[in-house]
Amino acid sequence: MTRYADMPESVARHLARLPLPEMEGGAFVSGPPLSERRIALVSSAGLGRRGDRPFGPGAVDYRVLPADANDIVMSHISVNYDRTGFQQDLNVVYPLQRLKEMAAAGEIGGVAAHHYSFMGASDPAPMQPFAEDAAAAMLAEGVDTALLVPV
Amino acid sequence: MCALAHYLERKGIATVAVALVHEHAEAIGNPRTLSVPFELGRPLGAPDNPEFQLRILRAALALLDRPAGPVLEEFPDPAPAPADYEGWACPVSLPRPEAAPDGTHERRVADEIARLRPWWDLAKERRGRTTVGASGYDVEEAARFVARYADGAEPDDPEPQRKLSRSLKLACDDLMAFYTEAATAQPGGAASQDLSDWFWGETAAGGALLALRERAAGEDDKGMQLLGGLLILPRSQAHRAGV
Repeated sequence: MTRYADMPESVARHLARLPLPEMEGGAFVSGPPLSERRIALVSSAGLGRRGDRPFGPGAVDYRVLPADANDIVMSHISVNYDRTGFQQDLNVVYPLQRLKEMAAAGEIGGVAAHHYSFMGASDPAPMQPFAEDAAAAMLAEGVDTALLVPV
Repeated sequence: MCALAHYLERKGIATVAVALVHEHAEAIGNPRTLSVPFELGRPLGAPDNPEFQLRILRAALALLDRPAGPVLEEFPDPAPAPADYEGWACPVSLPRPEAAPDGTHERRVADEIARLRPWWDLAKERRGRTTVGASGYDVEEAARFVARYADGAEPDDPEPQRKLSRSLKLACDDLMAFYTEAATAQPGGAASQDLSDWFWGETAAGGALLALRERAAGEDDKGMQLLGGLLILPRSQAHRAGV
């Protein structure tokens, strides 16, 4: 399922109606070879740690996910996507273990100490200052690349 | 999700995005995007399949070598079916919800949780973690709260400082996470539709959530109306509520 034509009609109709931001003059940041890149995950699945403030309708901020956190939960408000894959294996949505394996094998340079989750159902425009804060935190810990994973 | 890539790139972070909705990826034009042909909720394709997940990551991260963008590539393969898939059955044969017509939702859901609990404990031990707990309640507490509301009782939120609609939503999500984790404790894959059909069609908890949904939709509070109308029952199971 990736194109509207492959989805249930009600889901496709909903997705086709969502307003999308117009992004003009996008930057394109280059970087070192993959084997030297330090990578952070940015999820839009409404992930947090047990005890974090859950995401609510309209949330535009993010939660910080330390790389050693073992208490990841999901509080996305939508019910119209599968959660059972995530409940069985976090890597279906949050592939941190896979990234760590790639780092251990030398395929990537390293994995960030902190990762980030937003909730994708919200209007993206007000997320900008929060995304910029996350970018600053990434740069401060030597991260040059983000892998964005939807839900 | 797509706009986040632009915001991060403007601040100096190179990005590559996985996309589940191809038309959205085309419209936004991120610097680098791998469009994947999987169901919503499974951007890495399939649980407990590290080799397949690594293929997706390698395909996405390879886009970082491109000298200019936007780049939009499509991952060619569908998600693999669960290994040796011949259908799926819950490890515990729960009584059909209609088998105890005089029981309250509270009693029936509590009975189910007691039957599933050993499997959930096993799943938690094997996986070394659980995704239950976003609400802050333990699962028995969440179940009691949800089921009593479904039974028509006065709400008794263990966290009364939170909006009732938020607390019920989080408790319902935790209940579903508990059921999935318990039901998938044993090796052998279950398709997402199997698990969804089982929860909504064969469990007392699914029945309680349907009743909760109906009661919430009729409340005066807009948050409760939203909860009942949109935030409990997936569109794929709408037929169970006759909508």
